[in-house]
Amino acid sequence: MLAPDSVGRTFAGADSISITQSEIDAFAAVIGETDTSIAPPTFTIRISLDQFQNILTKPEIGLDWSRLVHGDQKFEIFSPIKAGDALSCSATIESYRVAAGNEIVSVRSDLHRGAELVVSSWSTLVVRA
Amino acid sequence: MITVGTSLPEKVLYLDRAMLKAYADASGDQNPIHQNEEFAISVGLPNVIAHGMLTMALVGKYVTDWSGGTGTVKEFGARFIKPVIVPAGEKVDLTINATITEVNGDEIKLDLVATSAGVKVLGMAKAVVIKND
Repeated sequence: MLAPDSVGRTFAGADSISITQSEIDAFAAVIGETDTSIAPPTFTIRISLDQFQNILTKPEIGLDWSRLVHGDQKFEIFSPIKAGDALSCSATIESYRVAAGNEIVSVRSDLHRGAELVVSSWSTLVVRA
Repeated sequence: MITVGTSLPEKVLYLDRAMLKAYADASGDQNPIHQNEEFAISVGLPNVIAHGMLTMALVGKYVTDWSGGTGTVKEFGARFIKPVIVPAGEKVDLTINATITEVNGDEIKLDLVATSAGVKVLGMAKAVVIKND
């Protein structure tokens, strides 16, 4: 059960995250992308999901990550990600509800390069009953 | 021709356990439901399933192959309505189609359809791209 007062809270990422060419290369290789000068459009999910897990499993928030499935996902990309980017990530718990025993959490991730918002993404995460 | 209603060419590609392992390593998502059959079945799944985000990444590749590069995507979203089931030793299909639904200047909106073994796996799958010629 998610702590009720956590809805609407925004959590800043602790440190900036450096994007390396080898990370982009590995992600691109799985999907057969040969141009690795820019990260594939869904690449930033690795940053966002990692931060969602860090936040939502904090004892005071209390989500059970082990029973979690991904319900939906959306990206808005304002500026593509490249190797050498240093990104800061903030995450916001936008909504929470329980339906048929399943917990449904909507979270948003905002990635900034300096002051510039480069990618926003929205994830619906479902903790199965 | 880039006009509303135009269908893009269908693409069929194949997923196997090795691809799921590679995606787990590249994405950092090591959830055992994507690698360990015994665990997947123990939590009520029919077998090992692909990461929804792997399916989405592959559909993203289909989109950027058409639009002309990895940097062309402005918006991309989908619901994960059914899993892509990946039994050991098998290659399962991911069949992707798209239709142009809006053209606003240089922005093109696509409706995307992805199926595996005849079952629709993504819902409300849409992308907005800038097409490079």
